Amino acid sequence: MDRLRIRKIFITILGLTFICLVINLPPELNIGGKVYRRPDFHFRLGPIDFKPNLDLRLGLDLSGGVALTYNVNTAKLGSSELAPALESLKSNIERRVNLFGISESAVQLIKEKDSHRLKIEIPGLTNVSEATDLIGQTAQLSFQSLVDLPPEATATAKPEDYFKDEGINGSHLKKATAQINPQNGQPEVSLEFNSQGTKLFAAATKANLKKPIYIFLDDYPITTPVVQEIISDGRASISGNFTLDTAKALAIQLNAGALPLPIELISQNQVGATLGKDTIQKGVFAGLVGLALVSFFMVGNYGVLGIISTVSLIIYGLITLTLYRIIPITLTFPGIVGFILSIGMAVDSNILIFARFKEEIRAGHDWNQALELAFGRAWDSIKDANAATIITALVLLNPLGWNFLNTSGMVRGFALTLILGIVIGIFTGVVVSRNLLRVFTRRRL
Amino acid sequence: MNIMKFRPLFFIISALLLAISLYSLIVWRFQPSIDFVGGSNYQFTSTITSATEFNPIFEAQKVKLYSATKLSSNSWELKFAPVSEPQRQAIVTELKKKDASLTELQFQTLGPSLGRELLTKTLYAIILSSILLFLFIGRRFGDITFGAGAVLAMFHDAIILIGSFSLLGHFFGAELDALFVTALLTTLSSSVHDTIVTFNRIRELKTKHFNLNWVDLSNRAVSETIVRSINNSMTIVIMLASLVVLGGEVTRWFALALLIGVVVGTYSSTGVAIPLVLWFKRKKS
Repeated sequence: MDRLRIRKIFITILGLTFICLVINLPPELNIGGKVYRRPDFHFRLGPIDFKPNLDLRLGLDLSGGVALTYNVNTAKLGSSELAPALESLKSNIERRVNLFGISESAVQLIKEKDSHRLKIEIPGLTNVSEATDLIGQTAQLSFQSLVDLPPEATATAKPEDYFKDEGINGSHLKKATAQINPQNGQPEVSLEFNSQGTKLFAAATKANLKKPIYIFLDDYPITTPVVQEIISDGRASISGNFTLDTAKALAIQLNAGALPLPIELISQNQVGATLGKDTIQKGVFAGLVGLALVSFFMVGNYGVLGIISTVSLIIYGLITLTLYRIIPITLTFPGIVGFILSIGMAVDSNILIFARFKEEIRAGHDWNQALELAFGRAWDSIKDANAATIITALVLLNPLGWNFLNTSGMVRGFALTLILGIVIGIFTGVVVSRNLLRVFTRRRL
Repeated sequence: MNIMKFRPLFFIISALLLAISLYSLIVWRFQPSIDFVGGSNYQFTSTITSATEFNPIFEAQKVKLYSATKLSSNSWELKFAPVSEPQRQAIVTELKKKDASLTELQFQTLGPSLGRELLTKTLYAIILSSILLFLFIGRRFGDITFGAGAVLAMFHDAIILIGSFSLLGHFFGAELDALFVTALLTTLSSSVHDTIVTFNRIRELKTKHFNLNWVDLSNRAVSETIVRSINNSMTIVIMLASLVVLGGEVTRWFALALLIGVVVGTYSSTGVAIPLVLWFKRKKS
């Protein structure tokens, strides 16, 4: 290894550490009255606009919030109708959950043997009944037309002032069917109103000829057909950019009036915000104390080498946290334990190498020779042993989403932090430690 | 260092640990959490002092109250049968009548079917990772006895870990939950991790000293790797112990399970995996 290359690697490591350190600083730092802001790493490279959100994502168990699991009753549907019905159920509920305005909320469909489940997570929400009421409610279908506001009113108008409800809702609908338009071969949804709905719809089309009518579901516009003629026979069709599946889904939604499939709450989990905060604080404290003790232990056992491994451990911690922010990985209780455990395991490759190093010194090699030999020979064990851990972690992570294995977010979160920890641990334990040692031993000699 | 001459001692220790584990598992079973059997778990802070105050509330709602535990001077954990949302609200309203300052920390309710799934899925995960590890180690070392030794040692660790939680459950109320499952599977991997390092050394020595027999090779390999093995476990033990002592209530049992797993795993690499390989080798020849 020539000097120049070692120096290059060393500078790269220093740079990497510095970037990770900056990313992990709090967004605003107040030192001696001066406020320093963390750069937001906003890059623009040709068409690529890269603006990462560098905040640590906290899982529901740490941030507090509500998790609900529903069983979906699919008994009434044939298998061909099932997929679009499930999709529209999901989008329906997503729309309702989004009303809470919490960006991290998630709606997931899970297939479990013969049954289907819907998992909903709303971080930050504390009132379960608020969530269950909103999710389980009947869908509100409404037809609305645009209002020509006088210019002097636009300044103070609210969004809803621009719309006029035509008084038609789901109860006026007799039937909705998905069909292919025989003229142009495009999928569309045909509507059939009952007698009262027919009257209302005729009036609405008359009033809005050549103008759009907005069809809202749960206060959310689903389609905006333009009225071509006055429709007085109670039959209408909605065309748009439908595929056969989305047309079917919309028809199911409209028919059901409520959710396309009945759902039943089977599990709920509600976490207050204080519990999570407490656990994070204690976890971080425990991690720091552990790290300090491990450093003492390493220095006591391996002297100078121990200091190097402590430095690479700190670099390990910084890189790991940076990746948590960039990927991003949602931190949960077991995730934090996985991280702390992985610190203990990251030292392992150093211990393997240093133990080997002591042997090589005893065998009569000089410092530099022993070092290179130790890294080379220990690599075999490090590789095999960590491969075994990764195998188990992969079974836990279940990356292909196999049904017979675990699909719970908690276990998978733990597995992901473990795998990341192993990979970064090998990097810092082997590459970083080795090059730090090369640099410092050259100086010494 | 002739560690392998202690094989009978290792055998007695392992047999004893396994016997205690199995005895405890058969007689006392384990305390399954609601993750496995379904139910509700409600944690809150309150000035209510006596557990008997909860009984009438739950009787009025016809909900079976399993237990009421005081977590700290002002926080409670109640466990009861699965409830519907209106039932939950009724219970909370009644509780707030007794203590208006009550603050909810956590509420969880789970139907029994979800729990059974977790149990079978854990079993599948253990079987799948055992097969994969058996194949991986067998292939890496070109020797099926190594794969068998490592995987059997892994089962040894798993049984002892479950057994010790059965004991902890009987005496201290520790519960088997979804986190325990994670700890169990991690133990399996860390147990094999340690074993592989020693196996690696045996393989390396074998190429250098092909005239040595397996027992001598094992002795040399163990005495050359045992310090690193103990040192490495020490660092993990330090991290986990600080979590057990300083970490929050929620992570405590999880960290303890991992801690037991690491200690047993370190022992079993030397005390179980290698003696088993030696035994297979003797059978073969």
